[in-house]
Amino acid sequence: MSDSKNVKQKKVMLVASGGGHWVELMRLTQAVEDCSLAFVTVQDDYRYQIDRFNNARYYTVFDVTRWNKIRWIQTVLQLLWILVRERPDVIISTGALPGFFALRLGKFFGARTIWVDSIANVEELSKSGQKIGPHASLWLTQWPHLETESGPKCKGAVI
Amino acid sequence: MIFVTVGHQMPFDRMVKAVDDWAALNQRSDVFAQIGSTKYRPEHIQWAHTIDPNEFQERIAQADAVVAHAGTGTILTALEQQTPILVMPRRAALLETRNDHQVATAQRFLEMGRVAVAMDETELPAMLEKLSQLSASDTISSGASPELIQAISDFIHHEL
Repeated sequence: MSDSKNVKQKKVMLVASGGGHWVELMRLTQAVEDCSLAFVTVQDDYRYQIDRFNNARYYTVFDVTRWNKIRWIQTVLQLLWILVRERPDVIISTGALPGFFALRLGKFFGARTIWVDSIANVEELSKSGQKIGPHASLWLTQWPHLETESGPKCKGAVI
Repeated sequence: MIFVTVGHQMPFDRMVKAVDDWAALNQRSDVFAQIGSTKYRPEHIQWAHTIDPNEFQERIAQADAVVAHAGTGTILTALEQQTPILVMPRRAALLETRNDHQVATAQRFLEMGRVAVAMDETELPAMLEKLSQLSASDTISSGASPELIQAISDFIHHEL
């Protein structure tokens, strides 16, 4: 952890749904070890995995998909509450839809945002990954063949 | 011990039944399956609907081999724990998932030499026979590629 004077510790919010999204997110944490961290996911039982990060916060929101739009509003409100409390400098998500919402909302709070599309999306970006493009400060795919001039960039993978 | 896992989102009857039939035929008593919302009820192997993430990691670490749907969470966890893994992709047409991304995932990780693949339940028994010969893929690092870690770290700290 950097404690040099004049350098304020960056606040980073990391958002992922369960399963592969979460496993991929955890593999990115080396990049944020010197930051103040807030994790946002959709279930409580990953909490033990963040014990190794000093003072990291852990939040859960309702899991939502494209197919249950009624619940979107609940998740959005939960994310707004977390953003008000956390005021992150940077938001990173590996998907899926809750992460998409977090990035979109985060912009209104002045956060810079990173979308890392899941390595599971080999043939095309995820639906959320396609739509987040214009809204993400850094828009990444993990597959070189999905990189395009005006689209996402590939800067390595979680493996 | 063989650890079978299909995640939590949708049923995967084809795979669970094929493993159960194989275990019966070969009198295997060392198989445990996490079957999620699968409708089929195994009769010849131990099973549970869900297990928590901690137990999931433990079971993968202790298993001789993992047999799973082609989900990246399972594949990455098996690679981290250096446990050999055989995957069978879910198919959208059979309502096992919402698109065929697992087919591409299985093929890509196969090309990289990271997993063994049974494309469907007819290929699964023969692959299960060969399970004991599977070796774990090369060790993967505990985190993402250095390039990706650097790109994210640079972005955070240098306002690029």
